[in-house]
Amino acid sequence: MAYTKLTNAQIAWRAAQDIEDGAYVNLGIGFPEMIAKFQPEGRDVIYHTENGVLGFGGAPKEGEEDWDLINAGKKAITLKPGASFFHHADSFSMVRGGHLDLAVLGAYQVAQNGDLANWRVGSKGVPAVGGAMDLVHGAKRVAVVTDHVTKDGKPKLVETCTFPLTGVGCVTRVYTSLAVVDIVDGHFVLREKLPGMTLEELQDVTGAPLHLEGDPADLTVPALD
Amino acid sequence: MDKTITSLAAAIADIKDGSRLMIGGFGGSGAPIELIHALIDRFRETGSPRDLTVINNNAGNGGIGIAAMIKAGMVRKMICSFPRSSNAEAFNEKYLAGEIELELVPQGTLAERIRAAGAGIPAFYTPSSFGTELAEGKPTEEFDGKMYVRERWLKADFAIIKAQVGDTLGNLTYRCAGRNFSPLMAMAADRTIVQVSHLVAPGGIDPETVVTPGIFVDGLVAVPEPEQEEVLVRAGVVY
Repeated sequence: MAYTKLTNAQIAWRAAQDIEDGAYVNLGIGFPEMIAKFQPEGRDVIYHTENGVLGFGGAPKEGEEDWDLINAGKKAITLKPGASFFHHADSFSMVRGGHLDLAVLGAYQVAQNGDLANWRVGSKGVPAVGGAMDLVHGAKRVAVVTDHVTKDGKPKLVETCTFPLTGVGCVTRVYTSLAVVDIVDGHFVLREKLPGMTLEELQDVTGAPLHLEGDPADLTVPALD
Repeated sequence: MDKTITSLAAAIADIKDGSRLMIGGFGGSGAPIELIHALIDRFRETGSPRDLTVINNNAGNGGIGIAAMIKAGMVRKMICSFPRSSNAEAFNEKYLAGEIELELVPQGTLAERIRAAGAGIPAFYTPSSFGTELAEGKPTEEFDGKMYVRERWLKADFAIIKAQVGDTLGNLTYRCAGRNFSPLMAMAADRTIVQVSHLVAPGGIDPETVVTPGIFVDGLVAVPEPEQEEVLVRAGVVY
């Protein structure tokens, strides 16, 4: 059957639909930041950035940046009414201490037991970890947004991660360009898949067995620019 | 009591060869650029301080601040969480050439190690990094069914930080996300030196709004209109 994989914006849109009203959320730097753009109307979500801000909004206009007011990706941000500042120990207490409802991260690989590899591909170059190893611990849900496969077509959902780990058994849900997959008791459970795709096609590009708990729903998203 | 120091040069004069030096800031927010540049001036004039171990979230950007310290050859080792920023060439070149050491620490662990040092807690357990290569060789223990890694406190001989308002007793407030690691570093260093954008008399800061109480501060120097690291980096400034 024919199918078109989701764009990054569409993956972000799908992830945004699951963020409840009133949630405290950390969006990892890069791709996950896009999720904030698709927050459904009528829901108040308070975004946390680990360098010490709760309640930030979008980017300021060009030329109006205040470079003391940035997010963890060092991009300029604005504040919403009710925002707060705090130091790094408090910020990571919010993370590890179980106060966030959701953290969303990118991934190189996610294993069926919830292991995440997202900080380093090999042993070359300059290693940098930032807050990734902290963000995978403590949030009530730890989700990943990612293409389903690598640029050269290899599965990113795997039996065991081969890249260096960021955290062990930490991921609870994965939003990919083809599917929505939960991690339950050490295996992948398929919740949604592109309607134009067969189970076999999806399994072929997934590196570990996809389990079913009832029929998977259609993964349908709007066309987005 | 008056902790005011009249010049930047005097403020950094006691930092020694081989010192462990905490520097506040996350990227460009909260970076004490004037104090760092005063330290570089001293190094250029006297060859000291050198062989520094610098503790910061990053490892410098562009050609100013910590990047300029690294380029000048003052830094033997960086302890940080994210040295690979978009313009971190100064660190990258030295690291890949094997000319600078790196201790990579998860950001929250870095913050907590610094906090622990300031709080008199020699070690603590954190879930962060368990099962990863950054936990290799570290003791682990299970608590209530989950595994944790033991981490040690991180102390320093000196901290140089930037604050927005400081009174002459060392009470401090910060600006926006510029506070980041600075209140923790102020607690963890033997001697904490602060550049403040506004220096006021005792009573000039509402006690309800003090972020760092003066007990953690040893010296303050007024820098009324400080440079902002990100602005300098974007302008391509090289120190």
